[in-house]
Amino acid sequence: MKKLINVPDRLVDEELAGMARAHADLIRIEAPNVVVRRDAPRPGKVGVISGGGSGHEPMHGGFVGRGMLDAACPGAVFTSPVPDQMLAATQAVNGGAGVLHIVKNYTGDIMNFELASELAKADGIEVEAVVIADDVAVKDSLYTAGRRGVGGTVLAEKIVGAAAEEGADLATVRALCEKVQANVRSMGMALTSCTVPSAGKPTFEIGDDEMEIGIGIHGEPGRERRKLATADEITEMLAVPIIDDLPFTSGDRVLAFVNGMGGTPLLELYVVYRKLAEILDGRGITIARSLVGPYITSLEMAGCSITLLKLDDELTRLWDAPVHTPALRWGV
Amino acid sequence: MGITTARLATALETFADRIHDARDELTALDSAIGDADHGINMDRGFTAVRGLLPGLREGDAGSLCKQAGRTLISTVGGAAGPLYGTFFLRLGTTLGEAQELAPGDFARGVRAGLEGIITLGKANLDDKTMVDAMVPAVEALETGAEADFPAALAAAAQAAAVGRDRVTPLVARKGRASYLGERSAGHQDPGATSTTLLFEAFRDELGSGD
Repeated sequence: MKKLINVPDRLVDEELAGMARAHADLIRIEAPNVVVRRDAPRPGKVGVISGGGSGHEPMHGGFVGRGMLDAACPGAVFTSPVPDQMLAATQAVNGGAGVLHIVKNYTGDIMNFELASELAKADGIEVEAVVIADDVAVKDSLYTAGRRGVGGTVLAEKIVGAAAEEGADLATVRALCEKVQANVRSMGMALTSCTVPSAGKPTFEIGDDEMEIGIGIHGEPGRERRKLATADEITEMLAVPIIDDLPFTSGDRVLAFVNGMGGTPLLELYVVYRKLAEILDGRGITIARSLVGPYITSLEMAGCSITLLKLDDELTRLWDAPVHTPALRWGV
Repeated sequence: MGITTARLATALETFADRIHDARDELTALDSAIGDADHGINMDRGFTAVRGLLPGLREGDAGSLCKQAGRTLISTVGGAAGPLYGTFFLRLGTTLGEAQELAPGDFARGVRAGLEGIITLGKANLDDKTMVDAMVPAVEALETGAEADFPAALAAAAQAAAVGRDRVTPLVARKGRASYLGERSAGHQDPGATSTTLLFEAFRDELGSGD
């Protein structure tokens, strides 16, 4: 394992200390490991928080700031944070208008957020939660853990954060988050594995001529292993199941998000975006907005994911609204 | 034969030691079908629990288990934190303020812990989770606890191991392993593995007389 690390157990603490210094104008760090918007709580504003394991940077801590998240709870690498963190975050951002928890659909995240929500409600804070589950690689079923929350989470945090910034109430903010969840679909792939620092070796072995299709964001193997294909073929393998699932149809306007898993250069992500645009053009689907880059990553894994969000005027306007966070900034 | 709080604390200490020793093995099992953190997270949580034990050995069994549960919820993270934390919270609530427990009390407490896990995790038998090891273990304990407690503890540990191995060929339906679909078949479940270690620690530390 070759990483820029002092001690694996101190990794997240030292990362947060660095973030606090680098972005002191936007965020502050509170115990126990909570990234909080610098001017929180804002009286009368709905607080929006999220959280999850570390290793997905810039998500979620990099999305704390004006017009997006009010706080984020980073757990250990790929491990859901603990309820104490979500409770501290909820208390730190409660401006009296309630707090929305944006939760990615993983067993641990759901349970820890539920426990925190109970504790916050016992403190008299109004809490609502929306679960993001947008990964089409996982078959949804009543008898399984259901779809994973992946790239759609980034878009939900931006759009919901914009509405909260404008002063929307908790019920409105929650309904908006559910609307994003209902209209967003994603799928990802990996060219390499990644190494969880405390584990010290790659999570899986993979040959030079192989790839994993249908991965999540935790360095885990995907739904199946295939022979390596070209960028265009891979884009097709990801885009078609996404398009067919919602389904996205001719005349739709979408936000197209090509995400890097951490180890793939922007150069290659634009090659994927080019093919994605071509596929959408061919189906009469208009790309109204785009996002390209590593925003929800899996440590140093090479690979990408594609996310499509069906837009209407409301979602488009909120996407365009000003945002000022360590990782996303426009309109300010 | 009663179970003292000190003996229960020793069982937790033994479990913490064995989790520490099995850290890499649990993480390797989790690397194959999960996210490579089960051993790391459990070791972090039970190291924290181990630190509390000296101050709790003299008190009642309920306080010991509840404090262990709260500590696990606050330190482990992932799914294992709330699940093992709930197990010990419910166990502690059932044991109450008794200084010395009868075998039947312990069996009822472990049953309550299992019910807590099922309520929170919503896993059923054959979903390939810790529940597949714990259900047969608790049933074995309940069956024999009053008649011959050491034998019942041995049967429970054996039943947990059988349950763990029984679901290895199955496709996981809960937890992160479920995302692999068919590819999860043939891999031993990390949660069922740590649960088997727990019942082995109970067997080894609670089974002999004071």
